[in-house]
Amino acid sequence: MELNSFLLMRHELSLLAVILILLIAEIFISPGRKKHIVSIAIVLFGLHSISGFFPLADSELFGGMFRSNELIHFFKNVLNLGVLILLLQSADWIKEKMTDKERGTEFFILLFASLFGMYFMISAGDFLMFYIGLELSTLPIAALAAFEVMKRKSSEAGIKLILSAAMASGVSLFGISMLYATAGSIYFDEILLNISASHLTLLGFLLFFAGLAFKISLVPFHFWTADVYEGAPISIASYLSVISKGAAVFILMILLFTVLKPLMHIWENLIYVLALATMFTGNLFALRQENMKRFLAFSSIAQAGFILLGLITGTQLGTATVVYFVTIYISSNLAAFGVVQAISSQTGRENMKDYEGLYRTNPKLSLVMMLALFSLAGIPPVAGFFGKFFLFTAAASQGYYLLVFLAVVNVTISLYYYLLVIRAMFLRRGDDPIPFFKNKVYMRIGIVLTVIGILVLGLYSPLYDYIYELSGILK
Amino acid sequence: MDILSLFVIVPILVVLALVFSKGLKQARLIAMTGGIIQLGMAINLIFSYLRERAIDDSIMLFTRDLTWFEQLNIHYSVGVDGISVALITLTAIVVLAGVFISWKIDDLPKEFFVSLIILSTGVYGFFISIDLFTMFVFYEIAVIPMYLLIGIWGSGPKEYSAMKLTLMLMGASAVLLVGILGIYFNSGAEGGALTFNILEIAQVNIPYEAQKLFFPMTFIGFAVLGALFPFHTWSPDGHASAPTAVSMLHAGVLMKLGGYGIFRVAMYLLPEGALEWSWFFIILSAIGVVYGAFAALRQTDLKYINAYASVSHLGMVSFALLMLNKTAWNGAILQSLSHGFMTALFFALIGMIYGRTHTRDITKLGGLLKVIPFISAIYVIAGLALLGLPGFSGFVAEMNIFMGAFLHDDMFHRIVTIVSVSAIVVTAVYVLRVVGIMLMGPVKNPEYLKLAKATWYEKTGVLLLLIPIVGIGVAPLWLSNMILESLEPFIRGVL
Repeated sequence: MELNSFLLMRHELSLLAVILILLIAEIFISPGRKKHIVSIAIVLFGLHSISGFFPLADSELFGGMFRSNELIHFFKNVLNLGVLILLLQSADWIKEKMTDKERGTEFFILLFASLFGMYFMISAGDFLMFYIGLELSTLPIAALAAFEVMKRKSSEAGIKLILSAAMASGVSLFGISMLYATAGSIYFDEILLNISASHLTLLGFLLFFAGLAFKISLVPFHFWTADVYEGAPISIASYLSVISKGAAVFILMILLFTVLKPLMHIWENLIYVLALATMFTGNLFALRQENMKRFLAFSSIAQAGFILLGLITGTQLGTATVVYFVTIYISSNLAAFGVVQAISSQTGRENMKDYEGLYRTNPKLSLVMMLALFSLAGIPPVAGFFGKFFLFTAAASQGYYLLVFLAVVNVTISLYYYLLVIRAMFLRRGDDPIPFFKNKVYMRIGIVLTVIGILVLGLYSPLYDYIYELSGILK
Repeated sequence: MDILSLFVIVPILVVLALVFSKGLKQARLIAMTGGIIQLGMAINLIFSYLRERAIDDSIMLFTRDLTWFEQLNIHYSVGVDGISVALITLTAIVVLAGVFISWKIDDLPKEFFVSLIILSTGVYGFFISIDLFTMFVFYEIAVIPMYLLIGIWGSGPKEYSAMKLTLMLMGASAVLLVGILGIYFNSGAEGGALTFNILEIAQVNIPYEAQKLFFPMTFIGFAVLGALFPFHTWSPDGHASAPTAVSMLHAGVLMKLGGYGIFRVAMYLLPEGALEWSWFFIILSAIGVVYGAFAALRQTDLKYINAYASVSHLGMVSFALLMLNKTAWNGAILQSLSHGFMTALFFALIGMIYGRTHTRDITKLGGLLKVIPFISAIYVIAGLALLGLPGFSGFVAEMNIFMGAFLHDDMFHRIVTIVSVSAIVVTAVYVLRVVGIMLMGPVKNPEYLKLAKATWYEKTGVLLLLIPIVGIGVAPLWLSNMILESLEPFIRGVL
């Protein structure tokens, strides 16, 4: 094997370099200057993200265990940007709360390790690589969820996440072993040739699916979501709901549309039911949430239900709409979490009631929040509308009109609770509104980037056409 | 830049200018300038349209087509015919009048005008679109600012009303979305590419089964906005809680989107579905006409009276559209226009009365003609127009509607027509009842003797609306010619 071909893993290698540099920096930077580690990490990761935009050949490594193509490459870039924004948004929190406890570097290393795992997960060419990636992406997050060790809820979140994640990945592994038993291989390409709809295969598929459904928090595998989001630091809740979910959706889509395509007549029914269950559960539970993190947790469960409308199609249109929607969803949800983060780190307040009268004291933040919520709700002209419209188009193209109808009913339900936040911010004056505050520069960049995303991703149509073109690869 | 896209671009520029403005004075000046420019553009559009129409007989004029999402064949595609030109002019007039009526808005003035103008952007965009996707985008843009407009600047149970209105209208748009997708995926029925373009879909015969399935979705999707019984319940609450200018714009313009959409999309693209379902929706419309009139009779809140009157009059619009003939359609469009002006005028006057007396309860008011003669006199005139007195726009419209309805000679149509016509009598009763109690008689409250006279900006706003009402009433022909011409393709396509 030529050394050159390792460059196919450019994303992975450069992220590994970032992690190593941070490790070394941790040793050499004196305790008094630990705050600089935040800027160093952000700059390094920024460089890593930029380097990702250079084109990458389509090829595979290690006899097909690791592969990369333009769609995967594109999606890694999307994840990079999402993580970059997330780092910018959480920079101040780490600086103020964590560096004096000597734990700033750990945060970055763990986060990057999880992202590293995701790269391998979405680039996997066989189930072994997939499983290693899945584990690597989950374990560091459990540590991060418990990062605020002095808070009881944070430790609880960590324990909850690790226990349910271990359970889910165990179940998933069991499913994979059954698939191996029936197809005689763990390589995706060979499974595709040998797969048949025997009972054992179906059982294997179901168990395997449950593991991923846990990561995407589809109903009925969603019970961990709200508690973990509430207890974990906001950046980690944001990471779980945006990056982790996005990557899991992506790999699930690749697997369903390629390896498991022969079982489509089975999984399309499964997804139909899960889509409805997830949308309705997420939306109905979101209606009465008081805590903004729990609120966003249920809203992100509901969003996962909408994504399934694209997954049910199994077509190029479906692939394109899912990738497009996830991209938009990342920027919208990051904007919402960013505002919650900004307010929480300045004032420590996280309840919807605290947001009353926000517009009159902090108009800019309220407008960002409004745009983010409109985008999540799917109101034009912000990006979320286009994402949802195209998802519905994809589902309707396969004749799922009833499903689309029930989904639009859900859009209306979701609009109600998104408007509740807008009502608190704009319509009410509040007894004790959050006083005016100025955000620090990293936070400001982090929020502005998401706003640009929300405004541009939808209206700028060449992006969609580009994604559609890339999606042809899955055929 | 083409003449139609300017109708969207100018409001966006006005919004940008407003964002950088400071205080009420600058904000209203910018909003007024924008409104005047738009009115000028609308008047210019009428004349350009008439000039162009004389030499060009394509269905849509001033068309422009830009590819937007290439893969899905979504275009930004605009064009107008006589109907849209008339409705655009209506919008321009009502928006400008609304700015004048909101001259003294004190709470968050900048945000108020921004929301109002975003709403009008949506409306203009809707009227110029000939691509279903673009149209749908503008439709939602027009609806969503209502939440803030009612919720922040409204009165009474404003949070409840705003939420109810937004959810019902967005719910309707969700149903509409399914209808639009249904049309889109059947637009390639004859081997062509799938398209959202209305003119291209009209050339295709969508399969009968699909028409039957998607017509009610598309129809209801639009008709909720047009306050079709039993989906009208958002309208009285919403109007009653909304600030004056918003009631004007909403009843005057936004609700017209419903009728226009029914005509342009549901009936034009799904004619067989329309034929199949017409009886059902005729019954609903007729109930709305009669029910609205009787409900208005029993209300004592001025805004509720007018809101139910709107339910009744817009019921006539969908009633007439479903009659599927040229005369009734002409009447429906005229009714849309005339109702737009009249109801906006009414809400403006109610806002003025409420601003002075701080009550909208007619039993507490009395003898206003003696203290605020200008406002009261205009109220009487508007009332007479509403009950369909010859010489005003309402008469021309209702005349056409019921003449068209009587052209059907079967039993069903006869009965519903006769039932609906009876609403006209009830209209007279509720209009005259208000005039009698509120304007005539003794002044009930001595404080009312000191009420302020109408100011210049109020008079300007009112006259802007009154002129077209009289204009259409006295000289209806040039307008109805413009409409009749534009009805030709529909008649060829639908009947």
